[in-house]
Amino acid sequence: MAIAMIEKTAKNLVLTVQDYSLFAWRAFTNLYRPPIYWPEFLIQADIIGFGSLSIVILTGFFTGGVLALQSAATLSAFGATAVTGEFVSMTMIRELGPILTGVMVSARNSSSMASELGSMVVTEQIDAMRALGVDPMRKLVTPRIAATICMLFFLTIVSDAFGIAGGGAVTVFMNHQNGTQYFDMAWEHLRYPDIIQGLVKPLFFGYILSSIGCFYGLRTTGGTEGVGRSTIQAVVWASVLIIFVDFFLTQVLLSLFATL
Amino acid sequence: MNQTPASSHSEQETPSVAEATPVVVFRNVSIAFDGPPVLDDVSFTIAPGETRILLGPAGVGKSVLLKLVNGLLRPDQGSILLFGEEISHMPEQQLFPLRTRTGMVFQEGALFDSLSVRDNVAFQLIQERVPDDEINRRVRDALRFVELEETFDLFPASLSGGMRRRVAIARAFIRQPELLLYDSPTGGLDPLTSTTIIELIVKERDVYHTPSIMVTHRIQDAFLLCNNRFDPEQGCMVPYPKGETDPSTTFLMLEEGRLIFDGSLHQLVKSKNPFVREFLE
Repeated sequence: MAIAMIEKTAKNLVLTVQDYSLFAWRAFTNLYRPPIYWPEFLIQADIIGFGSLSIVILTGFFTGGVLALQSAATLSAFGATAVTGEFVSMTMIRELGPILTGVMVSARNSSSMASELGSMVVTEQIDAMRALGVDPMRKLVTPRIAATICMLFFLTIVSDAFGIAGGGAVTVFMNHQNGTQYFDMAWEHLRYPDIIQGLVKPLFFGYILSSIGCFYGLRTTGGTEGVGRSTIQAVVWASVLIIFVDFFLTQVLLSLFATL
Repeated sequence: MNQTPASSHSEQETPSVAEATPVVVFRNVSIAFDGPPVLDDVSFTIAPGETRILLGPAGVGKSVLLKLVNGLLRPDQGSILLFGEEISHMPEQQLFPLRTRTGMVFQEGALFDSLSVRDNVAFQLIQERVPDDEINRRVRDALRFVELEETFDLFPASLSGGMRRRVAIARAFIRQPELLLYDSPTGGLDPLTSTTIIELIVKERDVYHTPSIMVTHRIQDAFLLCNNRFDPEQGCMVPYPKGETDPSTTFLMLEEGRLIFDGSLHQLVKSKNPFVREFLE
């Protein structure tokens, strides 16, 4: 009984990975093939980009603030509070900006994509679209993926900027340090590889969170309960996969820039 | 048990229909989803101008059969010809142009929630980049056909169940398809609204003579469709004289995935098959 259950779960997992790989490949190749639905792309860019702006700003600002608080407390032991700016900017740009933006946008948009497409599946709107001769992959999935990749890139820049600003606010108003010194340190020690690392990651994260959201949405079964299940799976797997990919991506990028 | 093939029935009653190339051909089609077959060895044809009523209780595979017709589902075995082309193994991308030649009305309408009635009805025309003026004119014509012209700017959420089905019918009609598929178009509706929907299907059948399949479990709707014709002078549905039925409307019946009846209304009511008898009674 238990072995049969393990076997079934393992088979389901392998099948899901296989289905997702095929789905992700088709979605990726569709990005470069016409027809491209530009109105849908712009609508999704507005929903994903402008719609996520407030949570990204708030998350970035307070994460930068926390970083400044924590680092100042630790660095003061070594008399190195002057490098708080460098620490905050480096951490935000290389790591926390992309990953926090990815996870926050995934919580907001993977779930919304999964529930929206899942509802369309259970109400036969997807079948209706196919019956009307329109490919849902191109009409619904491709614009969402393209818009997410594009907007996550800019949202990450916003998050980085507000993170550094948050760190600056804490440094000046709570730690009572020199603001000019903070921003000088934040700027001076920044190198192109740091910026490139921080801006390559959102391209991958955007693809992951949108493709996972659409994938789980389109394979929804079981009515409204199924929509809820798809939404949970989309958020969980998108977040886990973002962190998982971040680990390997960081290793690759670090080794790449170490050789330059 | 009555298993009269469609062709033999057509030969008896509508010779011209039988001689023409079939619009749909099912040959020994079977399909299963993680269990016993939903459809088992199903074979039938639909001739040009023919209306097929697919009867059977809930859960016997009627909707699955309808989705196989335009390739929304693929059979495990057997072959399906749509407009003379084998679609059982046709790639999805090649199926899209073929599907644009069909119109499908889904069980609950399946209107796109985020689009207005105008954009729902014009969905295909918008994809084909038809000019806006022509879209508006054709949408108004289609909505006039289903007597819902006033809903042009409304959204599906503000429509009743019956109105949604009528808008779905308008969406299916707008490009004057070569085949119409109705999936329980009266399911869950009150008798009056059901009659309105059937009247639209009768009107479409008798005005445009589009071949179609109507899935239903409501025998009264099937009889209504068979026993009435559209009178263009009166602009409404009128009954055939006693003893006459529509010659182009025939019946299919499914029982647990198997096609157990294929024939006319006359043959249906005379059938000795216990399942058919039970269903009719």
